[in-house]
Amino acid sequence: MKETIIIAGFGGQGVLSMGKILAYSGVMQDSEVTWMPSYGPEMRGGTANVTVIISDKRISSPIANDYDTAIVLNQQSLDKFEPMVKPGGVLIYDANGIVNPPKRTDIEIYIIDAASECARLGQPKLFNTMVLGGYLKIKPIVSMENVMLGLKKSLPERAWRLLPENEKAILRGGEIIRQVR
Amino acid sequence: MADSDVRLMKGNEVIAHAAVRCGCDGYFGYPITPQSEVMETLMELRPWETTGMVVLQAESEISSINMVYGGAATGKKIMTSSSSPGVSLMSEGLSYLAACELPCLVVNCQRGGPGLGTIQPSQGDYFQACKGGGHGDYHLIVLAPSSVQEMYDFVSLAFDLAFKHRNPAMILADGAIGQMMEKVVLSEQQPRLADEEIAERYGDWATCGKGNRKRYNVCTSLFMQPDDLEALNLRLQAKYRTIEAEEARWEEIMCDDAEYVLVAYGSSARISAAVVEQAREQGLKVGLLRPITLYPFPVKPLRDMVERGVKGFLSVELNAGQMVEDVRLAVNGEAAVGHYGRTGGVLFTPEEVLEALKNKLVK
Repeated sequence: MKETIIIAGFGGQGVLSMGKILAYSGVMQDSEVTWMPSYGPEMRGGTANVTVIISDKRISSPIANDYDTAIVLNQQSLDKFEPMVKPGGVLIYDANGIVNPPKRTDIEIYIIDAASECARLGQPKLFNTMVLGGYLKIKPIVSMENVMLGLKKSLPERAWRLLPENEKAILRGGEIIRQVR
Repeated sequence: MADSDVRLMKGNEVIAHAAVRCGCDGYFGYPITPQSEVMETLMELRPWETTGMVVLQAESEISSINMVYGGAATGKKIMTSSSSPGVSLMSEGLSYLAACELPCLVVNCQRGGPGLGTIQPSQGDYFQACKGGGHGDYHLIVLAPSSVQEMYDFVSLAFDLAFKHRNPAMILADGAIGQMMEKVVLSEQQPRLADEEIAERYGDWATCGKGNRKRYNVCTSLFMQPDDLEALNLRLQAKYRTIEAEEARWEEIMCDDAEYVLVAYGSSARISAAVVEQAREQGLKVGLLRPITLYPFPVKPLRDMVERGVKGFLSVELNAGQMVEDVRLAVNGEAAVGHYGRTGGVLFTPEEVLEALKNKLVK
């Protein structure tokens, strides 16, 4: 098993920490993982992305230019990464703020309305774990048990009280994600 | 279930953890992207409350390296870290440290240059690290990690080699390795050494007080008599020959039957490992030689490969062609040697490296 994922969106959406939770979940099940962030001019311009690779073998390049899954959370990221999904791969996006939806017909496309669901719940900080939950519904590459262990490891101890609501958000994400094609 | 000592961390973060755990006595640094997490992590770890390690943000890189100079002269395990422009500022101090034969560790998490350049990863400082940088005939021992685990392991290794040979050591990483997170296994806490233990293990050369000695120990790089300075140079050169004979380290990936070999270190080696996978899928017998020490450069595996008939070598570097000169010297005209690189903080893809290999070498 080798899964190469790009997660991309605005700074502040929790893109990098979503990747870290996913990567840590991989560590918890003894997989090999890499987490490679954008840290350069893109980040300083307000967009952020991270490439996460989870594999049962030693990972050669931590940098990829095609992906098994792209999770895109704004229009720029959709425009940039839609062409880089492998044929037969998965594209997940939040329709909030998307004017030009994805057009490819050779990949699976899913929508997760996590932004509006979090707004409805009054819990904007759960956005990234909800999106992660949607992804794990489509690609259950790590068990829920290991995701929770990964989440705990990713958070400082003072934030552990937030674990139960994040678990709920992950499960809710799995419920609200829907396939477009 | 993973062991609790397995963590997911950035390359820069593990440098800090490794420093504390290997019993480092002092860190002096000045922030610069993409390595600022080294000092940030040290400040979070607060080792001055546990091991007694000193962590200090100096007012500049010039101050940092001269604090390293002073600390190292007392025989302590002292280090600093920076990125390319900051290391340029440290070059004078490195020359002095090498002249005084002081062990220390400098981590360079390279970014694109020349000049202030960019904060994106680069390997443009190979010449600076391996061929001097500062003035005079000297060498640093240069280690090139290509994973987060190696970032961790090489801190302790660098100090061991630095003290064994009484020579400054450098970890030459880059922004990609520093910013990337991977699994890392942390080792057990080692104690900091007392002055007596240092003298017993590494020789009684440190300037930590006269004590019961008959004469003071002296660390200096000023020798006004040409004969005295030449004597120092001859001793340094003899030491460098020993280091070259004993300390070269490298990794070979699928080289046994390879007709073409990529030579790459650090993040370039990770990308080149993917090139090997792709080339093999296409039926091309390609291997990867990954130098782990850049100085001393691993000449022996290259000579062995030439002897057994490897047709060509491609030096794959995030620069305009630096390590390729050492590859050419080792191959000595007996096989084709090419270079492929990107500069300015641009990373190459495995596909473009494979294309370059085909265009430049595969006939």
